[in-house]
Formats: sequence, C-alpha cells, structure tokens
Amino acid sequence: MQIYVCVKHVPDSAANIHVIDDIRIDPNLAFLLNPYDEHAVTEAVKIKEQHPEAEVIAVCLGPEDAENTVRSALAMGADRGILVQTDSIFDSIETARILHQTITDDGVPGMIWTGKESIDAEGMQTMFRIGALLDCPVATNVVQVALGDNKAVVDSERVGGVVYTYELDLPCVLGAGRGLNTPKYPTFPDVVKSKKKPVKTVSLDAGASSPDGASMKVVKLEPLIQTRTPKAMTGDPDTIAREIVTILLQEAKVIS
Amino acid sequence: MSNAAVIIELDGTGIKEANWGMVTMARMGGTPSEGTGDSKAGLIACIMTPVDDSMRSELESYGISTIVEVVLPQGLETNPDVSARALLSAVKAHQVSSVYGLSTALGKDLLPRMAALAGSPLVMDCFEADARTGMARTSQYSGKTLASIKMTGERIFFGVKPNSREPEKKPVSAEILRFDASDTAIQGLRVLDVQTGDQGKAVSLAEAEVIIAGGRGMKNAKNFDILVQCAEKLKAAVGASRVAVDSGWVPYAMQVGQTGEKVSPKVYIACGISGSIQHFAGMKMSGMVIALNTDENAAIMANCDYYAVADALEVIPAVTRILENG
Ligand SMILES: Cc1cc2nc3c(=O)[nH]c(=O)nc-3n(C[C@H](O)[C@H](O)[C@H](O)COP(=O)(O)OP(=O)(O)OC[C@H]3O[C@@H](n4cnc5c(N)ncnc54)[C@H](O)[C@@H]3O)c2cc1C
Repeated sequence: MQIYVCVKHVPDSAANIHVIDDIRIDPNLAFLLNPYDEHAVTEAVKIKEQHPEAEVIAVCLGPEDAENTVRSALAMGADRGILVQTDSIFDSIETARILHQTITDDGVPGMIWTGKESIDAEGMQTMFRIGALLDCPVATNVVQVALGDNKAVVDSERVGGVVYTYELDLPCVLGAGRGLNTPKYPTFPDVVKSKKKPVKTVSLDAGASSPDGASMKVVKLEPLIQTRTPKAMTGDPDTIAREIVTILLQEAKVIS
Repeated sequence: MSNAAVIIELDGTGIKEANWGMVTMARMGGTPSEGTGDSKAGLIACIMTPVDDSMRSELESYGISTIVEVVLPQGLETNPDVSARALLSAVKAHQVSSVYGLSTALGKDLLPRMAALAGSPLVMDCFEADARTGMARTSQYSGKTLASIKMTGERIFFGVKPNSREPEKKPVSAEILRFDASDTAIQGLRVLDVQTGDQGKAVSLAEAEVIIAGGRGMKNAKNFDILVQCAEKLKAAVGASRVAVDSGWVPYAMQVGQTGEKVSPKVYIACGISGSIQHFAGMKMSGMVIALNTDENAAIMANCDYYAVADALEVIPAVTRILENG
C-alpha cells in the first residue's frame, strides 16, 4: 500500500510576520513542517511499522526551500519525497488539484494524509477537496485510526470534544489532529539517513490547474494590530466583582 | 442564479442562537458600516428537520422568506457526508449562488465537504461575508494578520464565525418547501458511533457569547469549579490556557489558543492567564477582554479592555454571588 502524506512548508508560529505589498508576507523568516502534518507523518510511519509492505511518500507543493520540509518528513520516517516546485501561491482548490494529480501520477494511494489545517492560511478544506477529486471518503481532525480489511476505522474529534467514529472505505483521505499521537522527532542518525533518501522535484506543468472560474484570492493582507486601551478596575475583590457585573450588564450587554 | 441561502444549525431545543447573527450578515452583507441595507432578493433557510410554527415565526422574524426542509435518509442524520450531499442538492435545486453556514463543530465538518463536492470556493471562520462582492475577511497566520479574500465562481461558500455580527430582526412571511433527499446514498463513509463526552451539554466555546478562561493562576483542577459555577450564571463557556490543559486540570477540548480553539465571544474573561502570543492567537478576536491577574506586569494587562490586579480565586466567586443575590 502506498501512503501519501501531504506536507506544507509554513512560517514558524513563533516568528514575527511582516506584511509586504499589502498582500503577502515577507518570506525572510524561519519555515518548517506544518505542526499538524507532523502528526500525519508520524501516523503514516506507525502504520508502515505494522504493514511493512507499505511505502510512505511525502508530497509538498512549495518553493525550492520547501525541500527542507520534505527532508523533515523523511527524517521522521517517510521513505521518499516529491516536491512540486513553484514560487506561486495557490488557493486550496488549485492546491488540491495539483496534489491529487501528483499523487495519482506517482502511484496508487491506499491512504492520503494531511494535517487538519495549515497554521498559515488555516483553510481547513484541502483534505476534502483531494477526497472529492479522488472520489473517496474523508475524515478530518482524526485522533485515532485502525486499519482493517480495505477499511479504516477512525475517531474524528469535533471542536468541543464530541467524537465521531467513522468507518471509511480505502482509499481515503484523513486530516491528522493533535490528539492522534506524539510526533517522533528525528535523532541525528535519522537526519543523516534522510539525506540519502530520494526527493523527486517536479516542475509544475500548466496543465495541472484547470481554471473553471472557481477561485479564492487573498486581495489584501493586514497585520492584526490590537487597539485595546486597558482601563483599571480597583478596590477589594467585592468591589471589582461589582464593577465586572456592571460592565457585563451595561456595556457588553451580555446579561440582563 | 443569485439566491443566498443559510444553513440553519439546531441544538437540543430548536434553532441555535448563533444562527441569527449569520442570517443578519447574509441579509445585509458583511460590514455594518456599508449601509447599503437589506438586499432585495429573499433569503432561503435550509434546515434539516421539520419546521414547527415557533421555528417558522423565528425564521420569519429575521427575514427568511423561503424555508427549505431538507429530508435526510432515515438513520443517516448524523452522517456529515450524506448531509453535505443532500444540502448541496437542495441549494442547487434552488439556484443558490451563495451559501452561508456557521464555522462551528458541525460546520467545520459540513461546509468543506459541500464546497469540495461542488468544486466551489469557501472561506472558513470569516467575520465579514458579503455575497454581493464575494468578499470574506478572516484571520490568518495564527491571528497575526487579517486577510480579505475574494471568491469567484458559480457558487461560493462562507463559514461564518459565531458572534461576528449583532442579530437584527426584519419580519417577513415565509413559505415552507420540502426538499426530499431521503434517497441520498452512503459513499464510503459510515458513522459507527457518536460520543458526546461531558462537553455535550455545556455551552460550546466556538459559539459562546461569554467565555471565562483559567490558566496556571487557577492552581489546580478543583479551582476550575469556581469558573464553572460562575459560567452557569452567565451562560458562559469555560476555556483554559495550555498550561491548565497540560497540567491535566481540564481536557484539551477546553484549550484556547494557537493549538487549541480559536474563539470569538463578545466577552473573554481571563483568570490567571499571562497572555502569551500563542494564547492570544486563539482569543484576540474577542469583543471585550477582561483580565484578572495578580501580576500587573503580565502581558495580558497591557492588551485588554479592563484589568484588575487581583486574585481571580477571590473575584470570580464574588461575581457568582452577586449574580445569584443581586
Ligand atoms: C507551539 C506552541 C503552541 C502553543 N499553543 C498554546 C495554546 O494553544 N494555548 C495556550 O494557552 N498556550 C499555548 N502555548 C503555551 C504558551 O506559550 C504559554 O506557555 C501559555 O499560554 C501560558 O499559560 P498561562 O497563561 O496559564 O500560564 P503562565 O504564563 O504561567 O501565567 C499564569 C499567570 O497567572 C497569574 N496568576 C497566578 N496566580 C493568580 C491568581 N490567584 N489570580 C490571578 N492571577 C494569577 C500569574 O501572574 C501569571 O501571569 C503554546 C506554546 C507553543 C510553543
């Protein structure tokens, strides 16, 4: 079975984001493997440990530098990588089309993993789009998975803690959630070994995206600047409590 | 084809409160300041249950002129893939070009499925959404930026963050239509079980108008009861910082922040939370932030609307008492 893991090259969440040209971020900052994708890679590698015939392939759409992100996935145990190299930014409709095309050109997926969202664009939809293109079932925020005979049984956690247990026919697309596992961070020998693993770089052929008019484009990006002016509440706890109740009642109007 | 439709979410008792802000947004466009007022075309509400008289009059009072009851296959009501296919057929049949749904627990599993099946654009978690221009605004990069996104296509989808807009009434009268989708077939995804957990009955973080959140300053699991008691009086949800979750005091489902829930209540009361960048990533879209912290130099004290240098363990029980006794 071939297990494909879609990995995204994203800015480090601790980095300061600077907006340039009102529309994109200054790319001169640290990028890394999207944290939710780490859970996806870890799970794919765990499945391979139980099914030694399986192959884990990390697929990434991104700039030349994104090879580092593919290498991170290899260091975590993926067997090989594919980088679809581009300097353009694609929306999730195009991204899903390109990833789907790349995967089906390469092999026959038994499972495709993504993270439940990327921490940059936070679109929460690419896995569903890949599933629609492959005409196969999808579950997101997956926190547990068991493979059966041509089936996967997964726990998908919704916000608020409600858990849906699904049975999906294979192939399927799964979005990894934080509760799935503890990512296995590579040791130094893992990193050395990963340098020898193959990464195929493919350039994007124009045929990959077939524009039918459906698109979403970021037309403006602005830094979110906080404009709060803190006002102090003073006195003993009872006085402060009374002031809070007054604020909730009169200003916020959330109680009556 | 220029109809707009809203997907109405239900709770145990009827139509969720959170729908009305979304309905108002669908009627009026994204920004209150635009001032162009209600759009002429009527608004369609898709609802996955039979509509009784009280639901009907509620929907009418917010400007819904067509109610479409979508009939799901019996026994498959909890299957999100089946619901998505059924709803998509319904909106196609009614020539809907813009679809609004809530960015909630259900919406996050439903709207991306619909948009993917339709091959249509979708912006989740938007706090402004205007069908006339196809524009949506949402936050990106863990709350560090605001993005204005233009959608184009035959049909567009908005996942609206709860509490993004104040509900406004606009009474009209509505017709009720049935859309029979009871023949929608399972396509590779079966629901084996649904576990509600203990969170099931509490107010959900994503939709709450008020959130009381506790951090390391709560000191132990037991002290979270203080927040729960106050939250019951305020009809609030209880949230937590990652430290409180990692210490095992509360479940992960309660975590607010970059790696937890992104919330947008009208009021966020932070108790014993320092205000790290990662915590702010989850709650900076709140309307009002009230901080209670014993350290006047905590980051949150400089980035809130009201603060008190005080022990949250003394102030919150006093709030509860006042709400009880006046
Ligand atoms: C990749 C990554 C992701 C992360 N994701 C998240 C996330 O999603 N959510 C999140 O919250 N954090 C997240 N964090 C952790 C974050 O950096 C902080 O460590 C965390 O938010 C701090 O929690 P805290 O405010 O409860 O604790 P602290 O920073 O220790 O603050 C406790 C505060 O309580 C005050 N206090 C103590 N006693 C009292 C009292 N009796 N009354 C009032 N105040 C009192 C103290 O003065 C202090 O300001 C993440 C970190 C990383 C690296």
